[in-house]
Amino acid sequence: MSRTLVLEREATGATAAEGLRDILPAMIACIPIGLLFGALSVGKGLSVLEAGLMSILVFAGGAQFAALELWTWPVPVLALAFSTLLINARHVLMGASLAPKFGEFSLFQRLLGASVLTDEAWALAERCALRRQLTPAYWFAVAATLPPLWVGCTFLGAWLGSFLGEPRALGADFAFTALFIGLVAGLWRGRDTAITVIVSAVTSALAYVWLGPPWHVAAGAFAGIAAAWCAAPPERSSP
Amino acid sequence: MTVDPATLAAILAMAAATWLTRIAGFLIGGRLVLRGRAKAAFDAIPPAVLVAVIAPSALATGWPETAAAAVTVVAATRLPLLATVAVGVAAVVALRALAG
Repeated sequence: MSRTLVLEREATGATAAEGLRDILPAMIACIPIGLLFGALSVGKGLSVLEAGLMSILVFAGGAQFAALELWTWPVPVLALAFSTLLINARHVLMGASLAPKFGEFSLFQRLLGASVLTDEAWALAERCALRRQLTPAYWFAVAATLPPLWVGCTFLGAWLGSFLGEPRALGADFAFTALFIGLVAGLWRGRDTAITVIVSAVTSALAYVWLGPPWHVAAGAFAGIAAAWCAAPPERSSP
Repeated sequence: MTVDPATLAAILAMAAATWLTRIAGFLIGGRLVLRGRAKAAFDAIPPAVLVAVIAPSALATGWPETAAAAVTVVAATRLPLLATVAVGVAAVVALRALAG
């Protein structure tokens, strides 16, 4: 009896309730990071509305924190767009990998579904697709719950941040550096990452001293990527 | 509650860039298969960019920031993300006080 039930459950697609259960840890982790983003935005001189608007329209944590770190007046629009494009380039690979698994999705669901793609939703959907049919219900449960939470926490953090005062006295200006070190640790893949990180760090610091911002981002990023290319074994073209 | 036009332009440019990356993979579908050096270079993009953004603040600001970054690296190998941030911020406040 219970065996038939299990088989039946496996044969049907993943449900929204399962999606909500799977995304819950990521939602809890999203709350303090969203509050931090809002508070740091206001510390940088953005208004509460501008901080919230960025979370609504961009909705990509890493790129948003990087933008704040690079933010100066006058606003370097091109440098910000470029840094965002580079940091989010990973979405292209995630989308390409998910596309064949979106078989049950209508065109509108694909378009909307792609627009709420995040690292967390991607990882859960890939895990789900290993065993079951990926359904729109499951995808939107894991992917569409994060944007409203991220936006809400940004507004709340920005509003609270306007009472905090001078960010440097609290060491808040260093929060970016610490956060990014933590994010890179999460991306660690051993030797390859070590080479990338060292080359990027040294090149960026030198470019910052010699050329000034915002050139250090492009210089460091490309040097790190080139180092990874050179360090990887070349692909054998013949058997 | 104001929105500066230049800030709005930056946010819109960032939003367009991000949406492009989100939609592009689905348009390419299963046709994008990276191997060897191209795969290694693509995998290196996120850490390379994140490190390039913070390197001046960690390495070219002063010894308290560089020392605090070293403390943060150690914390990052054994603590969750938010605890790492807390350790880094506490370290920089203490070291700056020490530096005077």
